[in-house]
Amino acid sequence: MKSFNPRAIGLALLGPAIAIVASVLVTTLVIAAVGSSPGDFWSTMFDFPKPRSRVDIVNQTAMIYTAAVAAAIGFRMGLFNIGLEGQYTLASYAAAAFAGGAYLSGFANVFVSLLIAVAVGAAWSAIAGILKTTRGVSEVISTIMLNSIAITLVGYLLNKYGVHEGNTVHTTRIDLVSGWTPFENRDGEIWTLVIIAVLAGVGFWVLLNKTRFGFDLRASGQSETVAKASGVNPHRMIITAMALSGGVAGLIWMPALFGKATNFGLGTTFQAGLGFLGIAVALLGRNRPIGMLFGALLFAYLSVKSNDLTFATDVSPSIVQITQGVAVLAVVVAYEVVRRWRARLEQRVVAQELGTATEATA
Amino acid sequence: MTTTTTTPSPVSRVRNAARANWLFIALGAVAAVSLVRILTDTNDLTSVGTIRAAIIATCPILMAGLGGLWAERAGVVNIGLEGQMVLGTWGAAFFTYHSGSPWVGILGAALLGMIGGLLHAIATVTFGVDHIVSGVAINLIGVGATTYLAEATFTDLEGGGPRQLIGLPTPTTIDRIPGISGPAADLADKHWFFISDVASFVAALTTKISLLSLVIFALVVASGWILWKTSFGLRLRSCGENPQAAETLGVNVYLYKYVAVLISGAMAGIGGGFLALVASSGFSTNQTNGRGYIGLAAMIFGNWRPGGLLAGALTFGYTDSLRLRDTHAVHSLLLLVAVALIAITVLRIVRKQIAGAVAMAVPGAALLVWFLSTDSVPRDFTSMTPYVTTLFVLALGTQRLRMPAADGRPYRKGSAG
Repeated sequence: MKSFNPRAIGLALLGPAIAIVASVLVTTLVIAAVGSSPGDFWSTMFDFPKPRSRVDIVNQTAMIYTAAVAAAIGFRMGLFNIGLEGQYTLASYAAAAFAGGAYLSGFANVFVSLLIAVAVGAAWSAIAGILKTTRGVSEVISTIMLNSIAITLVGYLLNKYGVHEGNTVHTTRIDLVSGWTPFENRDGEIWTLVIIAVLAGVGFWVLLNKTRFGFDLRASGQSETVAKASGVNPHRMIITAMALSGGVAGLIWMPALFGKATNFGLGTTFQAGLGFLGIAVALLGRNRPIGMLFGALLFAYLSVKSNDLTFATDVSPSIVQITQGVAVLAVVVAYEVVRRWRARLEQRVVAQELGTATEATA
Repeated sequence: MTTTTTTPSPVSRVRNAARANWLFIALGAVAAVSLVRILTDTNDLTSVGTIRAAIIATCPILMAGLGGLWAERAGVVNIGLEGQMVLGTWGAAFFTYHSGSPWVGILGAALLGMIGGLLHAIATVTFGVDHIVSGVAINLIGVGATTYLAEATFTDLEGGGPRQLIGLPTPTTIDRIPGISGPAADLADKHWFFISDVASFVAALTTKISLLSLVIFALVVASGWILWKTSFGLRLRSCGENPQAAETLGVNVYLYKYVAVLISGAMAGIGGGFLALVASSGFSTNQTNGRGYIGLAAMIFGNWRPGGLLAGALTFGYTDSLRLRDTHAVHSLLLLVAVALIAITVLRIVRKQIAGAVAMAVPGAALLVWFLSTDSVPRDFTSMTPYVTTLFVLALGTQRLRMPAADGRPYRKGSAG
């Protein structure tokens, strides 16, 4: 058992603390630079959210968290799945198109649609895995390419098979799954499929810490040679991890589809960009289930709360995108700084102990 | 005895052979396009208008690719090109509006791109953060900052709005070069095999071309010369191949990496500036639309070399411009690619590379069937071309591609021991 060490915990929290200070500082400076009032901005942002915003924050946190788990599965074994965006776009379209077809009814329809989302996301990201294992193509480049291909492909399919209404096109409307209304009806509801995020988080933790596969995954991430020596098939590991990451990615937008959107329309109902937010949150939370939960909550809070800015201040809501970006960059830099500092501290402790030891023997 | 002075050294012979190869490939490509144009009767395939559009589509991709080249030659992977480019679009619009000169705007674009580059350099070089991670963060910051800055600074301007700024002065356009433009255009209109296609290219390069396009082509040549013909370039590339060795020889690796990444950001920024000032009627939010990534793809396609990068950017730019033109032209492009793939198949059979031949023959035959069985191609498929091509090139040619040996590896000062 690890003993309780206040200094270790302090060091672990130092990274996020530095990142938050840095992003607050940069945001304030940017707002002041264009001549708006940072004070108004922060007081609006720190205002306790209204019931409606609270509901939105929960829903958004769930989707961002699912995306973060999907990214983390790859990151934990050293795979950069930059392709979450394409995977969940394609998977969301496939699931929405299937659900709209109404081949099944009620929960069977929802359940099979979710399975399709998982399958499509997994298959699309497995392409990158197969290209990596068979042809040695870096997954970073191939997933970036697959992102663009997926989004164009969805545009084409939607145009060809979707329902055209005026200037917009979307998949056939589906029946919503009613959610839970914690406040008044007008404040909206927390979507039922938010449960996906909970399952993803718990599943991720169990997978990593309680299964052979999770051990192999982490081992591969730490050292490929060690993993290979302990009997892990690296090729199979890469393809499985990519597929798993893509499969989870397929589920990212599902809560919104069955909770509110009713159909898939590019630029209209579909919420793009969650894949990149997920990557950011995975980095912010160090790929740990709890860390990512805080990260997702922070990002969701910033996104939802920024809508209040339009009414209360002259600061545009897009400012929070800067805050989010700076937070990610600052946190990765801060972790690196803390890591180096800790290494130096440890070296010093070792040197001291060795020094006293040699004195004692002398 | 110094008799060897008259005969070329083996090295320069190899280099000349490589140069001749490139020339043959380029001529072969023109001939193939020409043949397809005549066979399918789509003169739009190499009309002056198409080539002009292709040059405009090529320039931003070229600049992004050049940005990638500078950074990766010094061993820093720059996925943040997209973010630096999008910062450049804002910089170009902002500085052009307030100075009244598009060239000041281009410098502003370079400056904004450089700020993005500086962030990347601080994170990756000084702090040793993973290059991909830092790049992803920079893209987030770039897009966010541009959106915010546009809303904050362009909303109240004349011709402006929260998401756009139009009516900006554009860089000088060269209308025509007397003695070249006219005859070349006439020759292009004759639609002869090969000659008219080359004439079309000449006409497009000399008529109604933005001076900035020419500057961008010059920057490619200049980058190639600096990186491969000067001692500065040699040192910079040594940081990308083996930074420890470079350090032991007294090269200030951190400094070179910083310079490379800053130039990289500036190049991407200028690419963004071109988008805002030349390629479209003004600034609009998220105008880059993934061109930073296509530039990266063009650089990989071009094997981390300026000549190959130019070829890649031209290929992607050309298909991009066809997308906006006649759908019939795109359809004949299918035949072009099919012919090219079948040509490679024959080449591989001659070289007895059977597996490689099959890998080329299957998509080649599929495209031929597609061409023969349809009359048009959905535009969406054309816009996928750069990405699919890159995947193909990577999947089939990774063994032949050679990136800088220490590309993307973290390096710390003093690690040479």
